[in-house]
Amino acid sequence: MIKVLNPGLATSVQDMGRHGYYHLGIPQSGGMDQLALQAANLLVGNASDAAVLEATFMGPELEFTADAVVAVTGAAMTPKVDGAEQANWESFAVKAGQVLSFDYLKGGARAYIAISGGIDVPVVLGSRSTYTLGALGGFQGRPLAAGDEVPVGQGKGTAGRSLDASLRRAPGSPAEIRVLPGIYWHWVTDKSGAQFYEDTWKVAPEADRIGYRFRGGRPIEFTERERPFGAGSDPSNIVDGCYPYGSIQVPGGTEPIILHRDAVSGGGYFMLGTVISADMDLIGQMQPHTPTQFVKVTMDEALQARADRTALIGRIHEALA
Amino acid sequence: MAEQIVSPLPGTFYRKPSPDEPNFKNEGDTVAVGDVIGLVEVMKTFNEVKADKAGTIASFVADNEEAVMAGQPLVELG
Repeated sequence: MIKVLNPGLATSVQDMGRHGYYHLGIPQSGGMDQLALQAANLLVGNASDAAVLEATFMGPELEFTADAVVAVTGAAMTPKVDGAEQANWESFAVKAGQVLSFDYLKGGARAYIAISGGIDVPVVLGSRSTYTLGALGGFQGRPLAAGDEVPVGQGKGTAGRSLDASLRRAPGSPAEIRVLPGIYWHWVTDKSGAQFYEDTWKVAPEADRIGYRFRGGRPIEFTERERPFGAGSDPSNIVDGCYPYGSIQVPGGTEPIILHRDAVSGGGYFMLGTVISADMDLIGQMQPHTPTQFVKVTMDEALQARADRTALIGRIHEALA
Repeated sequence: MAEQIVSPLPGTFYRKPSPDEPNFKNEGDTVAVGDVIGLVEVMKTFNEVKADKAGTIASFVADNEEAVMAGQPLVELG
């Protein structure tokens, strides 16, 4: 068990997600950076899909009631055991009675804190992930709060294991996010479509697990067309439809929002396109105000990127086997 | 080196509780540990930045509505 002395800003239990219910309006949830989440688990000897803590922008302060092995991956936030600094992407021992805390965030956005044995909250609809908006899963359906006592399973990790830097991934600056244009692309003028890729956007401070909002590019201009029945008068509206994970909606044509792991599954905004699955991890590591360039790709390029990411995760498994 | 109060979070820094209210603190004011010196907005929440050291504010090194990084100095204490 771990006792939460200070929860940080938004620390929640996440695993690889709750799949199969999106059509019922229940999003997949799960870690925003799934590569970092899996690496953290493998470093402490867990199954790669065990539940971990995802800490956003600020680390928690946790007191351990039993010996454990811990690894912190993802965001550059230095972990400290009773004040002694530890390395990121490397497993270290925490003894019963010791306190794990964190230094300021120096890069990235979300740290994954894996504890040997995994976070042992009840499985809800096939997952331990927290869906905060729906008060579902995780620790009592919500982010951690001071005073919480979080159950941890029985583990057998080894301290001192690290993941080579060549097997880690983080967004560059500017972050380059690859996009496959979608079925509404023809709603946008050619000029405006080109501007979307040319402009440097910036992550808005509102960006969260539900959606990543961007500002700073020129507004979308729409082609003249007859409004479909039931879509409303705003040119960014559609007759309600399904929203894929990673889709980019632009309400009012002004600020693109990339739907992420806690997103609603449908609604009435047109979508410019979809961020390729291989780049969704990177979005989870983007801080507010990160300059961002959207890069157009083809389906073949998207599939190649997915294969490359799958191969990278395979190499992480081999390196930490 | 002068003591500093740094932002605990990345986001947008505000010196006032709301646009038509006065600043939490001004240059020359004294601060005690736990005093609120500003807000950082991130993920649709406004988080109070509390002084972790006591002193007199020599200068604000971050402006109102400035984009700040975690660990970035906001205030220099004299």
